[in-house]
Amino acid sequence: MDDVMLNQFLLLSAVLFCAGVYGVLAKRNAVIVLMSIELILNAVNINLVAFGAHNGTVAGAVFALFVIAVAAAEVGVGLAIVLLIYRNRRSVDLDEVAQMKG
Amino acid sequence: MFAAEAAAGHVDPGFLLEHAYVVPLVMAASFGLTLAIGKRLGRHASWIGIASIGFCFLFAVGANVQWYDYVHDSEHAAEAEAHADEAESHGAEAESHEEEGHEDEAESHEDEAESHEEEAEEHSLAPAAEGESAVGPMAPVAEEGGHGEEEAHLEFEVQPVQKAWTWWTNGTVEFQAGMLLDGMAVMMLFVVTLISLLVHVFSTDYVAGDRRYTHYFAFLSLFSAAMLGFVMSQNTLQLITMWELVGVCSFALIGHWWEEKPNSDAALKAFLTNRVGDVGLLVGMVILFFAAGQTFDIIEINTLANAGDITHTALLVASLCLIAAVMSKSGQFILHTWLPDAMAGPTPVSALIHAATMVVAGVFMVARMYGVFWNGLVIGGSSVNALAVVGGITVLGGAGLAFVQSDIKKVLAYSTVSQLGYMVMALGVGAWTAAMFHLFTHAFFKAGLFLGSGSVAHAVHSFDMKKDMGGMKQFMPKTFWTFAVCTAALIGIFPFAGFWSKDEILAGASQLGGEGSYTAFLVVGSLGALMTAAYMTRCIYLTFFGEFRGGHHGEVSHGTEDHPVEEDHLAADSGHGDDLEAAHDPHAGDHGDPHESGPRILVPLYILAALAVVAGFTNIPKSGVLDWVPDGVALQFEHLFEPKGGYFPTAGAIEGALSHPEFDIVIALVSTVLGLLGIGLAYAWYFKGLGPHGITSRNRLARAGHTLLVNKYYFDHLYTGVIAGGFKGPIARAANWFNQKGLDGVVNGVGKGAVAGGRFVYDQIDQRVVDGAVNGAGATAEGGGQVFRTMQTGKVQQYGAILFAATVVLAGVFIVVV
Repeated sequence: MDDVMLNQFLLLSAVLFCAGVYGVLAKRNAVIVLMSIELILNAVNINLVAFGAHNGTVAGAVFALFVIAVAAAEVGVGLAIVLLIYRNRRSVDLDEVAQMKG
Repeated sequence: MFAAEAAAGHVDPGFLLEHAYVVPLVMAASFGLTLAIGKRLGRHASWIGIASIGFCFLFAVGANVQWYDYVHDSEHAAEAEAHADEAESHGAEAESHEEEGHEDEAESHEDEAESHEEEAEEHSLAPAAEGESAVGPMAPVAEEGGHGEEEAHLEFEVQPVQKAWTWWTNGTVEFQAGMLLDGMAVMMLFVVTLISLLVHVFSTDYVAGDRRYTHYFAFLSLFSAAMLGFVMSQNTLQLITMWELVGVCSFALIGHWWEEKPNSDAALKAFLTNRVGDVGLLVGMVILFFAAGQTFDIIEINTLANAGDITHTALLVASLCLIAAVMSKSGQFILHTWLPDAMAGPTPVSALIHAATMVVAGVFMVARMYGVFWNGLVIGGSSVNALAVVGGITVLGGAGLAFVQSDIKKVLAYSTVSQLGYMVMALGVGAWTAAMFHLFTHAFFKAGLFLGSGSVAHAVHSFDMKKDMGGMKQFMPKTFWTFAVCTAALIGIFPFAGFWSKDEILAGASQLGGEGSYTAFLVVGSLGALMTAAYMTRCIYLTFFGEFRGGHHGEVSHGTEDHPVEEDHLAADSGHGDDLEAAHDPHAGDHGDPHESGPRILVPLYILAALAVVAGFTNIPKSGVLDWVPDGVALQFEHLFEPKGGYFPTAGAIEGALSHPEFDIVIALVSTVLGLLGIGLAYAWYFKGLGPHGITSRNRLARAGHTLLVNKYYFDHLYTGVIAGGFKGPIARAANWFNQKGLDGVVNGVGKGAVAGGRFVYDQIDQRVVDGAVNGAGATAEGGGQVFRTMQTGKVQQYGAILFAATVVLAGVFIVVV
């Protein structure tokens, strides 16, 4: 994979990352925030795989597999929290979940 | 001649002389033992001391026998004719003595001593060898020839028997303890042990029932140990130590009945007065230590002084310092004042310590360091020296004071002062042998006089001759006769001991020194003899003749005199005396007529009286009209006890050596006539009532003289009033002023400063800085918290935004920088 190809992948990754960050910061629905986090993680995965291919090794791909596994677990925990919040408040609006206000 | 000298150095001195160091050790053990188990033994505690001193006495007798042999062997060896057989037989005799004397506690000492022995052997060799080499160059006496014919017996040396144990070594200086036995030490060994033994026996009766009976005997033992150690001192360090130990014992025994203020005052006075002289002793000995090249060895110091290896200035200064020590210890003017006060102690103690032994320590010290004094003061020269002057003044001063005392012990105390003056004077004019001979005879008759006065006081419970005595002759004939014999010896009546020794001193004053320079001291000595005779006659008259003035003992009539105390004690003692003292009880109960003392008091008196008669014959001269005296008898004291060697200014050791006065019939007759005249005058005055009695109340001059004497030349006033008071008052005032103004000012200033400082610290530092910091920290934290709490919205997304922004910033910085 040459440099041009790599740049395109990196661009894709950057777009995905920005979309994910926007989603995390701007969306009020906790489920969408979780999904945006997945976007960020996958942007990273793309980077890993792209650099791995660029360097001709499988190390990047193996890292990406680990990230996917950890992300699955993270989402599992996150969804559980969201579910509990919903049960308590009948809402998943993050603006309303401000008990940690100092 | 050299070979003979060397041989003389190798004569075997004999077992007892080699091991005489056990004598003080035995007495020291007796002290410890008496203190340790004496209380449990009660009255029998005295047996420890008596057994020990008895052993020591036998040992001393044996040592003297061996010394006799040793001197003769040395002489014979010097003549290259060793009479070895004779020495053997004498040696055996002496050892049998020693067998008898062995007590149980002595044997334990023997073991101890033997373990030291090996060590001792190697040490004792070194000084002996040194001594020989030092003496060697001066040895060729025979070549001088001049003295050869006259003083044939002086041509040999007697090596002193020495042993030394090194205590510790500092650089090249060895601190040692040891023993040095030569003639004078052996002689003193005999005198001290004999008198101590008699005093021990006497005391068992005299202080029977005393509440500190064991304490008393323990200190008698310690005193004997110290005195014996003193006379055997091998080095100046040991000499000083023992000198002080003797002083401590004196202090403890003068203050034996310390419950009464005058007694403890007297003890303190004795101690403090002696301190004054002890400073001189210390300084003098330190000077000698450095002048002699850092050595404490007495023999070496004297040898160097005789050889001229020490500068005359150093010797002179050292001698003058040591004279101060003699003045205090031997009661010489002007430091004599403690000696009469020391009579506050029990009478046997006065006999032992303040007449016969301890007070002669000063005289003995001069005799011991005679090489130093001889060369330092140029005694053989033609000028008057300080030692003789001090002695001469003391002879007359002490005798004068003896006239006005009403306390019998004080008469004897001043008599002792006067007689010690004779000894010091004799040493000052160069009559060494005469001084030691007088020391020897005086010890016996003065101890006899003191014990006699104790015997009388034991009967009448008082020492006041004027109030409580008189006519005692009829009650106590035996005491009277011993007292009379001792008095005759003290006065110097012809055949008695004092005659020979005092006459030798007077002959020395007239014949020694250059150009008759000491003639003044002949006059002083003769005048002293006259006064001695007179005051002793007065004392005998007041005590033994006339009406008995005592017998009023139920009344409290004699609390005002100098000795209100001892008499009370004596009364109390006999009062609760134990059953063994039954003989005393009736007498103590009804206080009837006084009666003769018991055997334990009389037997010592008999012995001392006998010695007062015969002791003088030990040095009977062989010259002048006494030319017929056989050689084997004449001048034995001089022959045996005068040191012969390079450490003594004897013939051959130095130029202008010590010489000996000849017997002079004129001086002998004059002094005897003066003595009889003194007796006659006093007899006429007191017995017959002749003469201008009451002159002290009529004649202004006589009254002034009497007042001067009664006030003891105002020396006590001078010391306590002028000197002590003079220092005490201003110093106290100055101290008070300094205390009030100086010290208090400082203390108050410091206090105020501390308060001001504290306030400043509180106000400025504590309140402002510390509290400010603490409060400030709190306020800052609170303010910061108020600011930052607004950031904590609890909104996760905001946190995330901040996190992200921060990451962006950091990444931007990272990119820009890297």
